[in-house]
Order: sequence, then structure tokens, then C-alpha cells
Amino acid sequence: MRRLLVLVSLAACTALTIALALAVLVAAESAVVSELPQQLAASLGRSGVEHPTTAVLLNFRSYDTLLEIGVLVIAGMSGISLASTRSLEDPALRSSDVLLYALQRWFVPLMLLLAAYLLWAGSHRPGGAFQAGAVLAATGVLMRLGGLPMAFIRPGVLLRLGLVLGFAVFLLVAIASALAGEAFLAYPPGMAGGLILAIETVLTLSIGMILLALFVAAPVSAEHEPEEGGGS
Amino acid sequence: MSWLLDGLLIVSLLVTAVAVLLSRDLFRAVVMFMAFGLLMALAWVRLQAPDIALAEAAIGAGLTGVLLLDAVSHFQRGRLREQPPGEEG
Repeated sequence: MRRLLVLVSLAACTALTIALALAVLVAAESAVVSELPQQLAASLGRSGVEHPTTAVLLNFRSYDTLLEIGVLVIAGMSGISLASTRSLEDPALRSSDVLLYALQRWFVPLMLLLAAYLLWAGSHRPGGAFQAGAVLAATGVLMRLGGLPMAFIRPGVLLRLGLVLGFAVFLLVAIASALAGEAFLAYPPGMAGGLILAIETVLTLSIGMILLALFVAAPVSAEHEPEEGGGS
Repeated sequence: MSWLLDGLLIVSLLVTAVAVLLSRDLFRAVVMFMAFGLLMALAWVRLQAPDIALAEAAIGAGLTGVLLLDAVSHFQRGRLREQPPGEEG
């Protein structure tokens, strides 16, 4: 009976895969000639940046990016509120691992530099706030694993401020441009480049902090937490 | 020459994906997932989407992998505690 079930589900999966592949093939053959690349190239000069991906993400479709950051902020806040460890700085974590310590001394400055480069590169080549934020968060994870003290990640005003900073600045710019007569999220002409760089900088900080908070919020040492709640 | 690289990439993507799904050892599944993420980043590079490749390598393979490893270590510690001592060894 169980074998039959497995066989049936396998067959269903295979059929679905074949159907999907056929659909992709058909879609690829009858591709509608899109004018989006031409439109993008034509209006790239007005966007304030030189890289088309950044222009789409931070200027032409910045509404999507704004909502994405909102989703990330909510995810980070829910992660923090689920944290079961009160003291986010675990003394058991302060490892005396010599190798990890030596690695950190080399890697942490290098990764911070890489994050800054990715942020700066976003205006004219692949890179940008999301990638820089992820590298920033990875630096934080490395510091966390090595037990380096990170006061800013403790639950408090600083952490909350860091989490919402990117979203708040983005929203502020959007509302300000709406009040100034332009459309919601339409940057005033001439200021687009500077505004995008400012938004990307705060976004990088916030994204890095949100991702790091999600990692730090997870209870670290299992020996620690069940005993707090009592029981066996 | 490039079709060889692409073909190899597709085959290894499929193999790692199946390995993630079928592996009974959670730790091995996570390691396979990270390998899958890195190969996926290569695939994005081949599709001329370096932005997505960067994001995939940093978030998909790196941070998600770390989070999953953390979760696996919690599962295993929890399982060890549930069993009475002596049964495990």
C-alpha cells in the first residue's frame, strides 16, 4: 500500500516536471518581444545611477523595494520577539578558539570593506544594498560566533532604531517627494543620485541588522534555555 | 565548450537538489543545500544576472545555511536530551 502511494506520487511529480518543462519550452519559443530593455536604456539617464538593475530597484520600481524592506522589518521584529534568551550575549559563547580569533582579526575588517565596496559599486555595476547588507550580516554572524561583544544588537532603543532606519528614511523620502508636488516615490530631478545613495546606505545598515538579529535571536546554547524554564 | 559547463552545472544542481531532499542526516542535507546555493549562484552568473548571483551566494547559501545549521544543532541536542542516557551510546 505504501509502496503504491510512493509510486503514484513519484509518477505525479514526474508528470508535473514534464508539463512544466513543456510549458517553459512553449513560452520560450513564443517569447513576446518586450520593449522594456529599450525603455530602460532610454530613461537610464534620468534615473541618477548608471546600472540598470539599481535604476529599476531604487528608482523605477522603488515601490516594490519599499514594500520588501517593510516585509524584512516585520520579519526581524517577529524574530526578536520570539527570542527565548534574555541575555543576547552568552558568556558560554566567549570562545577561546585561537584559530577563530585569528581568522576574525583578518576577516572582519576585510568583510566590512567588501560591504562598503558593494554598496558603492551598486550605482554603476552589480552590487547594491541587499548584497552589502548580507555581507554586513555575515560579518556580524562571524563576530557572534567568536563571541565578540556587540552592544548594539541587545534589545533596546538602538536595535529598534537600526531595524526601522532604512524603512523610515525610504518612506520619508517618498512622502517628502509626494508633498513637494511630484508623485509618491518620484525623486526630484537632479537629486535622484544623491537620494538613492543615501537610501541605499541606510538600507544596507538596516538589512544587515535585520538579518543579524534573526540569527542572534535564535537561542544559542541549548543547555541554557530549558533549565531556565524549570522542569527536568 | 560552454554547453559542457552548462550541462555540468545543470546535472550537479539536480544531483545536489535530490541529495538535499533524500538525505536522512539533517546536517548533510544542510551542507548539500549550501552547495546547491553556490551552484545556483554560478547558474545565475551564466544567465548573466550577477546581481542575483551575489544575493544568492550571500543570502541563499551563506546566511540561510548558517540559520539552518543552528536549527539542526538544536534539534540534535533536543533529541539527545529526550533519550534516557545509555540508549544513545
